[in-house]
Amino acid sequence: MTTFDVLVEVRLRPGIADPEGATVERALPALGFGGVRGVRMGKAIRFEVEAASAEEARRTAEELCRRLLTNPVIEDAVIEVSPPVRQAT
Amino acid sequence: MAARVGVVLFPGSNCEHDVVEAVEALGAEADIVWHAKSALPDVDAVVLPGGFAHGDYLRPGAVARFSPVMSAVGDFVADGGPVVGICNGFQVLTEAGLLPGALQKNSGLKFLCTMVSVRVETANSVLTSAAETGQVLRIPINHFEGNYTCPAETLAELRDQDRVVLRYVDNPNGSTDSIAGVCNEGRNVVGLMPHPERASDPLLGSEDGRVLLRSLLAHVPALR
Repeated sequence: MTTFDVLVEVRLRPGIADPEGATVERALPALGFGGVRGVRMGKAIRFEVEAASAEEARRTAEELCRRLLTNPVIEDAVIEVSPPVRQAT
Repeated sequence: MAARVGVVLFPGSNCEHDVVEAVEALGAEADIVWHAKSALPDVDAVVLPGGFAHGDYLRPGAVARFSPVMSAVGDFVADGGPVVGICNGFQVLTEAGLLPGALQKNSGLKFLCTMVSVRVETANSVLTSAAETGQVLRIPINHFEGNYTCPAETLAELRDQDRVVLRYVDNPNGSTDSIAGVCNEGRNVVGLMPHPERASDPLLGSEDGRVLLRSLLAHVPALR
């Protein structure tokens, strides 16, 4: 088995209200960032998965997203599985 | 015999005593049920109260739905038992899949803590059977994630099946179709963002919530 580092980005679906992102965006012109648009807040969740392959680690992460990490009515997720950095012996 | 109401206490719930007080004032008995219990005591109705179950971490209700008591609540629902989720309790019921849709952040940027007017849209639910369709009630809201949302086909289903239980007269939070409360297909599970227990005595500025709680209690003998 190998330990894979997984990064899940949970994002609000398009059209879902994001008052936090809107507030940040509204603060930007005062700092001189007039050209920045489309600020959306999300969550980054990191964890490790023991799996036989990167594909299996991804499947585990997908299942975890489906059952707990996202609410599919309002959120979706982008999953990134990093190549293993250490091998279990 | 007085109706017995089970009020579920999650770590982070904070309206459980208000619900107990309000239903006791209407002549019912109330049991506070710790979330880690895997069975419900002998109760006639269950209330999931407001608050911040499990700190609202991840999402409101996301972790609470996996509390052991929720499987027992699911069985109680399947047996036709009346269950009401108030505010955070509504969020828990949607996360648990016992009610459709989700509660997203208010469309304004504010946490809302204010008195609102809601209209009873159907008297055909465990929470509105003693009220009249069209009746307007003054009941407070207290939430940041109270903006009801659901896919278009779910909304069509809710409308067709007369399952929108309460609507805001003046939509405070951007909720789809001004929805303040919905019920399940069996009409025995209702979720609402307003707090009827906080409108249960003239001292609180309104007693309009009593008709809703009375409906819940009145529903009980019908089940026996």
